[in-house]
Amino acid sequence: MRAAGRIVPSFLRAWRRADPRLYQIAFQAVLLGVGVLVRDFALDPRQMALAFAAGLATQWLWLRALRLQHKGMLSACITCFGVSLLLRADTLWVHPLAAAVAISSKFLIRVRGRHLYNPANLGVMLAILLLPGTWVSPGQWGNDVALAGWFVALGGLVTQRARRWDIAWVFLAAWFALIATRVAVLGQPWAILAHPLTNGGLLLFAFFMISDPMTIPNRRAARVGYAIVVAAVAFAWQYVLFRTNALLWALFLATPLLPLIDRWWPGAAFRWRSAPIESSDPQALAQETRGMGVDIGAARAYTKLNG
Amino acid sequence: MSSLSPRLAAWLIVLAILVVFVAVASPPAVAFCGFYVGKADASLFNEASQVILVRRDGKTVISMANDYRGLLTEFALVVPVPQVLERGQVHIGERRLFERIDAYSAPRLAEYFDPDPCAAAARQRQDAASVAKPASVAEGGLNKEKVLGVTVEAAYTVGEYDIVMLSAKQSDGLETWLHDNGYRIPKGAAAALKPYVRQKMKFFVAKVNLEEQAKTGVTYLRPLQFAFESEKFMLPVRLGMLNAKGPQDLVLYVLTPQGRVETTNYRTVKMPANMDLPTYVRGEFAPTYKALFDAQAVREDYRAIFTEYFWDMAWCDPCAADPLSPDELRQAGVFWLDGQAGARGGGQPVMLTRLHLRYTKASLPEDLVFQETADRQNFQARYVLRHPWKGDAGSCAAAPAYFEDLARRQEREAQTLASLTGWDVNVIRAKMALAPRPRSLWWESLWK
Repeated sequence: MRAAGRIVPSFLRAWRRADPRLYQIAFQAVLLGVGVLVRDFALDPRQMALAFAAGLATQWLWLRALRLQHKGMLSACITCFGVSLLLRADTLWVHPLAAAVAISSKFLIRVRGRHLYNPANLGVMLAILLLPGTWVSPGQWGNDVALAGWFVALGGLVTQRARRWDIAWVFLAAWFALIATRVAVLGQPWAILAHPLTNGGLLLFAFFMISDPMTIPNRRAARVGYAIVVAAVAFAWQYVLFRTNALLWALFLATPLLPLIDRWWPGAAFRWRSAPIESSDPQALAQETRGMGVDIGAARAYTKLNG
Repeated sequence: MSSLSPRLAAWLIVLAILVVFVAVASPPAVAFCGFYVGKADASLFNEASQVILVRRDGKTVISMANDYRGLLTEFALVVPVPQVLERGQVHIGERRLFERIDAYSAPRLAEYFDPDPCAAAARQRQDAASVAKPASVAEGGLNKEKVLGVTVEAAYTVGEYDIVMLSAKQSDGLETWLHDNGYRIPKGAAAALKPYVRQKMKFFVAKVNLEEQAKTGVTYLRPLQFAFESEKFMLPVRLGMLNAKGPQDLVLYVLTPQGRVETTNYRTVKMPANMDLPTYVRGEFAPTYKALFDAQAVREDYRAIFTEYFWDMAWCDPCAADPLSPDELRQAGVFWLDGQAGARGGGQPVMLTRLHLRYTKASLPEDLVFQETADRQNFQARYVLRHPWKGDAGSCAAAPAYFEDLARRQEREAQTLASLTGWDVNVIRAKMALAPRPRSLWWESLWK
């Protein structure tokens, strides 16, 4: 009995301590399964398998080359899921290439010690811009209220665990405000508002892409501003220029602003829970607390408050 | 961290959205390109509309089939367009064009004959031509000119139609202008027109010129076509549901240079295809496909667009109908052909996507917005009949095994048809002359 009394709390502790990326991977796997089986995605299982194989192999090779074996494969998994969920092609070689490029970008395109672009976003954008026979289907999830509820629930959980739920919700609120303004200006019936807001692609973007902690501003106020900027650019892309894939383009175009934002409004850098700060290495520690001018103890306290 | 946990916030937002969705009564949503302006007491009924949409590089050509059967004086068509169309941008099409493109892309049956299991007989293949979809579009009527914030930008006659291009400052004025011509405007017309008026779109309004129509020598109204430039790749279907009495159908043929077309603001789904169906369907393919489509549309809650056909028109093997000639494609609006014949089968470098949607007043809140993908994988709503070998079960050693396989296959075919159409599987079995399988209740064998 006493053992049982210890198991449950220890399980809960493990659940609380678990790397949020595990949640994201689990949920993305579920959503991908639902998409392929129930929502009739134009995705061949071989394309998915090749994307994963190439993506994970690329991550492993880079880690070996740069002697960073202590870093894991979780982020690479998430990138491969992102590429599979978004990218469509009528050949087999596009997905693995996009996944490899996406993951390589994490090691090649770096500013101030961290990678600049959201890997899945960059991989998908480069694929549809440069590779033949590629596309993204923004309407592939449909506008089902029940499915939207699931997206919000699962995505809300993931972003809450990663302490970055603010950017997701602010983005959705900004998008809602812009769409509602358009509905009011055009005199459309309010009932139609539910339609663009329950788009599965929008919710997936808000909770699983723009909320990637490593490629958004560190400070909360800056994140709020960034979310509004991305929403505004996406709105202009879709309803002023009448072009497609507005969300992906907006994030892609806004990303170069990140180094500037982090320079002017610095905040504590994000760390995945499973990767501890190596306090024995003063250089790494200095990198973590750069721009803050505080000592180690205060930095840890600040991280707790900010996250 | 804020006091409201994000999870609770998420559920509250979902609840709020549900409440908004349910509580706000959605006004009559809108469908086809134009709308009926029915005269008092006329009851016009939209069945299936057919539209050909050609798009490349910001240039669009729309052709609308017209199966109006009411009084010619009561016909009218109102379509929002992005610019004032000059006379040269409007053209009268041929109804035959729609019949041809329909026959070419319609869902089809393929027949196969089982080889003699006792001998290596050559396989015969025949592909049966399939059923053309019926199309009917009917429009109301209008006349006279008045200014109510409404400007008549142009007026001309093309073929049997008198056409007026209008721009309006407010939708009420436009409704009054149309109403003043003696026709009862359907309820909600001003509200349906408002978004287009506010986007500063122009209105293409057509009615029948009786003298010109008599000169055409045909009793039906011919299709209208217009060409214009627009950055939007969309179809303004939100007008036209105003007369609807239930779900309506739209069959859309999209001709593009590069790949398959799909909607970006709704789900585009491929029809279930390439399944074996019972052989008796050969004589009843039209009602069978109709039931099949009905069932799919209901399953998707009338909110999905179905792809029935996508093919690179450069080749077809086998072809359900003769491929469209370059001349026919040009008539349909394909403006980028340079006169070179295709490599095989006399086809052309044009992609044809056939989309079929069924919608109700509530299920289509936004106009259809399209994108051309780079997808070139051919697809057709094709169903397969396999005629059994008509031999004797005792003629050779392989025959009994063949007939066992055949029985299993026919059972599968019956189940497939039942699940696709929602029909009772025993009725299907009866039509196939299969013995109805007695329902074996699991407890009957317990206490025998």
